[in-house]
Amino acid sequence: MALKLRANSALFLGAVSLVCGALLAFGQARTQEPITARLAEDLQNSLSQVIPPEVHDNDLLANTLTLLVDGQPTTFYRGMKEGTVSAVAFQMVGQGYGGPILILMGLDRTGSVLGVRVIQHSETPGLGDKIERGKSDWVLGFNHHSLADLGPGGWQVRKDGGVFDQFTGATITPRAVVTALRRGLKLFGAERETLLDPDATGEKKP
Amino acid sequence: MNTDYRRIARDGLWDNNVVFAQMLALCPAIAVTGTASNGLGMGLATTAVMVVTGGVISILRHWVDAAVRIPVFVLLIAAIVTLVDMAMNAWLHELHKVLGLFIPLIVTNCAILGRAESYASKNPVMASAADGLFMGLGFTAAMVLLGGVREVLGNGTLFTQAALLLGEPFKAIELTLIADYPGFLLMILPPGGFLVLGFLLAGKRLLDRRLSRQQKPEPITAAPYEPA
Repeated sequence: MALKLRANSALFLGAVSLVCGALLAFGQARTQEPITARLAEDLQNSLSQVIPPEVHDNDLLANTLTLLVDGQPTTFYRGMKEGTVSAVAFQMVGQGYGGPILILMGLDRTGSVLGVRVIQHSETPGLGDKIERGKSDWVLGFNHHSLADLGPGGWQVRKDGGVFDQFTGATITPRAVVTALRRGLKLFGAERETLLDPDATGEKKP
Repeated sequence: MNTDYRRIARDGLWDNNVVFAQMLALCPAIAVTGTASNGLGMGLATTAVMVVTGGVISILRHWVDAAVRIPVFVLLIAAIVTLVDMAMNAWLHELHKVLGLFIPLIVTNCAILGRAESYASKNPVMASAADGLFMGLGFTAAMVLLGGVREVLGNGTLFTQAALLLGEPFKAIELTLIADYPGFLLMILPPGGFLVLGFLLAGKRLLDRRLSRQQKPEPITAAPYEPA
């Protein structure tokens, strides 16, 4: 057997750690730029799904506004058409069954939903993952609805007295998404004036 | 010493299959095999990692001493998996979006450490890489089988979303075997994984027993009766 005990085991372990650390740092440095670029492309793609191209004529990534929401800076991507803000998209986080669910929602000026997409989640495959657009049409059910037409009571899953379907065997996941969307709609209502002001800049509110 | 690659292949694919014989790697085997495509993706990513870790650990085998071998192997495996994860995120981004969740899980696959410890640390580089390859392929086959059975029983489909993993030409292998299937949720959930795994294990045992009976007839019937 090639393995035998040596006194300088600790040194060897240290050296391997050092080499692994160096490799990881090198890998991180090499991949950081492409990963950032890919993620920006993904964001652009997702944004174009929640804000249809016909309602805006600007670069969504260029016109952003950052506001403090519950102490967290939240970025709002704004679609502009003929000098007015025509649509706003932002991310909300829902607490799902398997961890946080990252949701991107797009609203028009009146606060009615243009589109909703789940960006990231770790829900049960085959059950909770029906919130993905790629797996089912469920997220399309939010389109054209607003806080005004359904009321806060309507923005719940059917089981809780609302209008949106839960999934067989998975209630926590859709409930988390619907709750996050309801919060998002309320947030839009509260910040409406700032968000729809084309001259508003990205300064954070105190 | 000549390396018996046929032996390595046979070991990895059947006789000493990671899941069905060594009973290792059951965590990813049950966690991600809700569909055949997920099993395939996880299996291939694991295979890639096993080939690389097998080779690297075999290269270092004369320098690693026994006292610190486990932390060294764990460190190497974790570093290699992280590198694979970052590289796929940067250059195979679409594939990474499908597999993303599973790749860090490869670190927890005890089969990789198991092969590092029991094979790569004692054998030459090529043999170790080949061992990694066939162990990985055996694992992939087990994952696809497990995922396929669970998917058919649970959803009535086979290889859904294979196109996301393998590219558009593979859209054709996405099958709906049973139309309007009501779904059998238990099979998709972890208990279904345990159930299917249990039946597959029993099936392999039966098959092995039948094969060995064919190869050498049982002595009781073959040997002439000799009164004491």
